[in-house]
Amino acid sequence: MPCITELLQQGSRCPEHQPWPRSLVDPGVWTGAATLLEQGQVSLLGLWGEANGVHMALMESQSGEIGVISLACPDGRFPSVGLKHAPALRPERAIRSLFGLEPVGTPDARPWLDHGRWGSRAPLGASPASVTLDSPYAFLPAEGEGLHQVAVGPVHAGIIEPGHFRFTANGETIVRLEERLGYTHKGIEGLMTGADLQRATKLAGRISGDSTVAYAIAFSRSVEAALGIEAPPRAHWLRALMAELERLANHLGDIGAICNDASFALMQTHCAILRERVLRTAGICFGHRLMRDRVLPGGVTADLDHANISALEALLGNIRKRFPALVELYDYTASLLDRTVATGYLKPQLARQYAAGGYVGRGSGRDFDARRAPGYPPYDGLEFKVPVREDGDVNARIWIRIDEVEASLSLIEQILERLPGGPLSTSLPVASGEGMALVEGFRGDILAWVRLDAQGKVLRCHLRDPSWFQWPLLEAAIEGNIVADFPLCNKSFNCSYSGHDL
Amino acid sequence: MRHLLFKNIFRTPLTELPPQRDEEFVAELATRVDRAARRRLGRSLAIRAVDAGSCNGCELEMHALSNAFYDLERYGFRFVASPRHADVLLVTGPVTKNMREALERTWNATPDPKWVVAVGDCAFDGGCFAGSYAVAGGLSKVLPVDLHIRGCPPSPAQLLNGLLSLMETVSLAPGSAE
Ligand code: SF4
Repeated sequence: MPCITELLQQGSRCPEHQPWPRSLVDPGVWTGAATLLEQGQVSLLGLWGEANGVHMALMESQSGEIGVISLACPDGRFPSVGLKHAPALRPERAIRSLFGLEPVGTPDARPWLDHGRWGSRAPLGASPASVTLDSPYAFLPAEGEGLHQVAVGPVHAGIIEPGHFRFTANGETIVRLEERLGYTHKGIEGLMTGADLQRATKLAGRISGDSTVAYAIAFSRSVEAALGIEAPPRAHWLRALMAELERLANHLGDIGAICNDASFALMQTHCAILRERVLRTAGICFGHRLMRDRVLPGGVTADLDHANISALEALLGNIRKRFPALVELYDYTASLLDRTVATGYLKPQLARQYAAGGYVGRGSGRDFDARRAPGYPPYDGLEFKVPVREDGDVNARIWIRIDEVEASLSLIEQILERLPGGPLSTSLPVASGEGMALVEGFRGDILAWVRLDAQGKVLRCHLRDPSWFQWPLLEAAIEGNIVADFPLCNKSFNCSYSGHDL
Repeated sequence: MRHLLFKNIFRTPLTELPPQRDEEFVAELATRVDRAARRRLGRSLAIRAVDAGSCNGCELEMHALSNAFYDLERYGFRFVASPRHADVLLVTGPVTKNMREALERTWNATPDPKWVVAVGDCAFDGGCFAGSYAVAGGLSKVLPVDLHIRGCPPSPAQLLNGLLSLMETVSLAPGSAE
């Protein structure tokens, strides 16, 4: 029997949770799940809290089966998962900072997200304290002869989101990188609680601006699951169209920007032109360049007419004409490859352990794409290849993006050819429920979990960005590289600060 | 690569005409910029971007300003890496409490005369994040703001429009060429 089924059977089922099962378990089963994570039999999809309990979403590594286990924390404590499974450390620290629940036995009791500036502690917990943290943040020590530290951020030298990086280097070589994040923490999960669906959808679309479509789809699907409804077919297809345009725009931007961080500006210039063409076409077709607020629970708000379809076809033609020359330029520029090949190597074993999504995981051998499995419409009826490589370096992450650009172009073509007719949305019943969704954004899989009350308002919503399981891997991938290659490695990961900080 | 470079020499440029200036912007600015400053700056402004907790949407459109269609530098604008080299701070986000000090320090490190531009609906009044325990709720709560460019995010054309208005007020207003 699959081990997730077994875990769930040892607890009491929460029948309202859809589409995957959820069980309320005791601390023993919770710890058993941590052991399964440690052994690699299941991977961690998410770990989040609420005022009086914690939840853990798991996926079985072999079968892909998904389930959620929950643990009540009447005394404000839960057994640490991070003790056995390192990827759980930061989510656990965040639970402690936001809800005040103690992970018992945690090897890292430092705060996360809370910088002592909110005027309170555990702002979302059962009993927020009005005292703030005051001790300075303790970076992990790195000691040895000839080591020096470089502190970077939170304000960086370009148009980049804020975060702090503490490098310890021996000469040019990085021996340790430690990230400190949370600078963009806006308290979105707090704002979600009590919000009606319209406002909650707006917030979900503003968690990470570059993935606004993917987040809106993830949130909408979780609400639809909670209410037991399906969006109409045309809405599914238009959502996928927007999602692929978003993926296309981001990958084109990233390919150029990574090369630019190796001082090869020509690629950046040309990729930025293609990216701008995608955004302009999106603006024409959907009325917003980033296609924000176009997806909502029940369906979509924007439709396509014939002129829009020709604009999209012209866009595909243009990219198909220009992009191959850029790929060739990348592949034949030895001085550029010299920077990207073998730089920022991420071990496949780490990508697996952290269940890293997107190009970070797929560039290091993790063959996972939420569009394919668990899957959601309309992708079950579309043909697309999921590129996977084992080489794990900056070059690999560029090639995954290149292959995904091709895949998205073909997906958009298929969608335009077969776009079904019918209504754009369906009306929502006012009811309570719990739902979860896993949606593939350009960066990786986004998990959305929502609980609605009888008035259809959000009681609790958790949105887990793929970056949660990618940021820690950047620390590992950078080890042994030179400080000057950090921007290159960082851009090849392109983790979201805002998506992670919430 | 030579092939690609060569072809591009003969392609017509993508760069577009500047957008129409918005009178409201110019009026808002004119009141704040003194003549001495105008003289000193001439027709060039160095911009330092500061993300004070945005969702990164505003950053995407700020990046777009440098692409071949908008080509910000032809107007004399430059994004610089240090606040010490900057005339203008372009600030996004609702100003999270965790970023407030870094933002204030950046502003203090920027030499006078300096201007502060609030980019996006969040920087205007906190946008949909207003009221959270974790945000100050708008840039004007923290720094004196010279110009708001609204939008979520403002399009590159709107950003350009705002920046050009700022430039005009700074360097081309009557009397600035004394
Ligand atoms: S204004 Fe909109 S796009 Fe800009 S940071 Fe705020 S939410 Fe994001």
